[in-house]
Amino acid sequence: MKDNKLGVSSKIPTELSTGGLTAHDRQRRRLLKGASATAVVAASTVFGVPTIWAQNIKNVTLRQFGTGVSNLNDVGDKVKEDLGFTLEMTALDSDSVAQRAATQPKSFDIADIEYWICKKVWPAGNLQAMDTSKIDNYDKIVGIFKDGKLTPDSVIAQGTAPHSVGFVDGPDGKQFVDEESGWMTLIPTIYNADTLGIRPDLIDGEVTSWAQLLDPQFKGKASILDIASIGIMDAAMVCEAMGEISYGDKGNMTREEIDKTLAIMTEAKKNGQFRAFWKSFDESVNLMASGEVVIQSMWSPAISAVRAKGIPCVYQPLKEGYRSWGGGIGLSKNLSGLELDAAYEYINWYLSGWVGGYLMRQGYYSAVPETSKNFMTADEWGYWFEGKPSEGEIVNPQGVVMEQAGAVRDGGSFEQRMGSVACWNAVMDENQHMIRKWNEFIAA
Amino acid sequence: MISERLRLSGISWLQLSPILLILGFFLVLPIVAIITVSFWSSTEYSYFPDFQFENYQYLFSSSVTRSVYLKTLMFTVITWASTLLIGFTVAYFLAFHVRSLYTQIGLFLLCTIPFWTSNIIRMISWIPFLGRNGIANSALIDMGVIDQPLEWLLFSDFAVILAFVHLFTLFMIVPIFNTMMRIDHSLVEAARDAGANGLQILTNIIIPLSKPGIMIGSIFVVTLVMGDFITVRFMSGGQSASVGRLISNEIGLLQYPAASASAVVLLATVLLMIAIMLRFVDIRKEL
Repeated sequence: MKDNKLGVSSKIPTELSTGGLTAHDRQRRRLLKGASATAVVAASTVFGVPTIWAQNIKNVTLRQFGTGVSNLNDVGDKVKEDLGFTLEMTALDSDSVAQRAATQPKSFDIADIEYWICKKVWPAGNLQAMDTSKIDNYDKIVGIFKDGKLTPDSVIAQGTAPHSVGFVDGPDGKQFVDEESGWMTLIPTIYNADTLGIRPDLIDGEVTSWAQLLDPQFKGKASILDIASIGIMDAAMVCEAMGEISYGDKGNMTREEIDKTLAIMTEAKKNGQFRAFWKSFDESVNLMASGEVVIQSMWSPAISAVRAKGIPCVYQPLKEGYRSWGGGIGLSKNLSGLELDAAYEYINWYLSGWVGGYLMRQGYYSAVPETSKNFMTADEWGYWFEGKPSEGEIVNPQGVVMEQAGAVRDGGSFEQRMGSVACWNAVMDENQHMIRKWNEFIAA
Repeated sequence: MISERLRLSGISWLQLSPILLILGFFLVLPIVAIITVSFWSSTEYSYFPDFQFENYQYLFSSSVTRSVYLKTLMFTVITWASTLLIGFTVAYFLAFHVRSLYTQIGLFLLCTIPFWTSNIIRMISWIPFLGRNGIANSALIDMGVIDQPLEWLLFSDFAVILAFVHLFTLFMIVPIFNTMMRIDHSLVEAARDAGANGLQILTNIIIPLSKPGIMIGSIFVVTLVMGDFITVRFMSGGQSASVGRLISNEIGLLQYPAASASAVVLLATVLLMIAIMLRFVDIRKEL
C-alpha cells in the first residue's frame, strides 16, 4: 500500500492542524492522557535525563520527508515536547519521495521511505547506514525486519521483503547483506498487511480467495487500484489464486508473467468486470460507500473511513494471504555531529512507543509492538494487536468511534495477519515494461 | 528618409515589446523547453539531456497511442456536435426570439450561473446523480420505465461526454450569441419579404453570418476536450484513457521526456485540427 500514504497522509495532518477537528482533537488528547499516564512516567525516566548538550539540541532542526501515513504533524509536535528539537515534516506522494531520496540529498535529514523504495535509492549513496548498537530497542524489533521471520518457522514471502534490504556491510556499505550486520539501512516504523475490501451486506456467500475479484457474480461491481506498482501485485495475487499463472516471484516477474497477468485483467475489463479503477484514497472510499463497488483492492484506513459512515465494510482475510508493505526512516549522508546525535535520539524515541501506539490505533503495526503497548489501553491492545473482541468502544486517533463493544479485528491477531503475508510490495527488474503494459491495460 | 523609417520601426518594435515579452516568456519559452526535453533520456528516477528519438519511436509504434487518440477524437467529435447543437439553439433563441435587451442579458447571465462553481464540482455532482442507486436510476425505476438500474449511466463513455457537454456548452453559446447579436435584423426581414421561409433564412443568412462565432466556439471546445484528463478519469471511473491522461500518468511516473514527447504530438495534432477548421472560415476577415 505504498500510496495509501498519499491519500491519508496529506489529509490527516491538515485535519489536525487546521483545528477543524478541535473537538475530536481534545477528546483524543484526553483519551491519550488517560491511556498513557503511567507510560509517560516510564518514558520520562528514559528521556528526561539531562545531558550536556540538552540545551544545544533545542536549536537543532531535522527535516523529514516521506509518504504521509507516518509523516504526521502530531509526531512533530510530540518530538518538540519530548525531545526539545524541531522536526519539520514534508509529505509527498511515493513517486516524488523516491525521486527526492535519489536526487536531492541536501534537501532532507531524515527520509521516511518504503523498503522497496530503499532498494531503488540506496545505491545512489545519499543515505548512511545506522549503527544498531546505538538503537536502544534494537533487540525488540520484530523479526520481519531482521532475519525476515516473524516466528522461527515462518516462511519468507515473495517480493522485496524488508530484511533483504535492511542491512548493509558497513557504515558506508553499498551492498545489501543477508545477515544482521549491525548496520541498518532503515529503522522500521510502520507496516501492514493489505487484502481485498468487501461490502458484506451486498454480497451473497463467502469471499475467501483473491480469485473472487474476477468472479462473474461481481460483474460490474469490482474495482482495482490504478497505481501500477501495487495494482500489478494485486492482479498477480488474483491470477495465481485462479490457477492461471504460477509465478517464480510475484515481486519480480518476468516479461511473460507480466504480459499474461495483464492479458487476463484486460479480458476481464473488456467483459465489464470492473466498475471503475481508483487512484486516490478518497475514490476508493466513495466507490465502496456508494455501493458502486462491492469488492476491490483497498487500504486499511479506507475501510475504517467507510465504517465510520456507518456502512458495513470488511477487510476480508483471504486464504492465499496478504500483500504487505513496510516503511522506515533512513538518515541522510549529510548528517553529522549534533544533528546526527539528535537523529539517533529521534529514532530511539520513535521506537519507544508513543508513535507506535498512535499508529497502531489506526490499524498499522509498530516495529516494536511491546513498547507501543504502554501507550495503548488494554482493550485497544487486545483489539488491534491480539485480535480479541473489544470490551468497549474502539476510537481512532481522531476521536471517532470506529467499533462498538464486542467487535473483532478483520483477520485477527498480529501473528495471524503478518504471519500470512504472501508477497511484499516490490520493485521489479522489468519495471519499465510493466508500467507500459499497465498503461495498455488501462487504455484497453 | 531612411533614418525616419528606422525611427518609426523602432517605435513600433517598442510598442510591440510588451506582448512579445509576455508571449516569449509564457508561451514560446515553455514550448521550446517541452520540445527540448522530449528528446532527452530518462531512467526511472532521473532524466538527463540527450538527443534521441526513442520517446517518439515508442509513441508512434505503440498500439495504445492509436487507440487513445481514436478515443479522444471520438470524445471530441461527439462533444463538439452536441455543444454546437445546444449552443447554437440557445444563442439563436436569445438573439432572435427574446425581444428586450434586459431579458436577453438576464437570460444570458442565467446561462453562466453554473459556472460560478468550479468545474470539478460541476463534474463530480453528476456522480451521485447517475450512480447505480442515484437519483436518475431510482426515478426511472419508480416510474416503471426500467426494472434494473442502468449501469451505463455512470463510469462510461456516456458519462464522460455528458460531463463534457455540460462543462463546455457555454463556450459555444457566448461567441455564437456574440456574432448573432451583430446580424442586422433588417436582413432577416428583407429575406422574409422576398419570400424566404424560416429554414431558408436560417441556412442562407443566420448560419453563414454566425460562422466566426461557431468557429471560435469550436476551437474552444476542441482544444478543451483534446487536452482534458480529469473529466475522463473521474467520469469513466478511470476506465477510459485520453491523451491528457496518458501524459498525466507519465508525469506521475517521472517520465518527463516521454510526457514531453506526448505533449508535443498532442500540440501538433490540435494545431493541425485548428488549421483545418480555419480553412473553412477566415475569422479575421469576418470579425
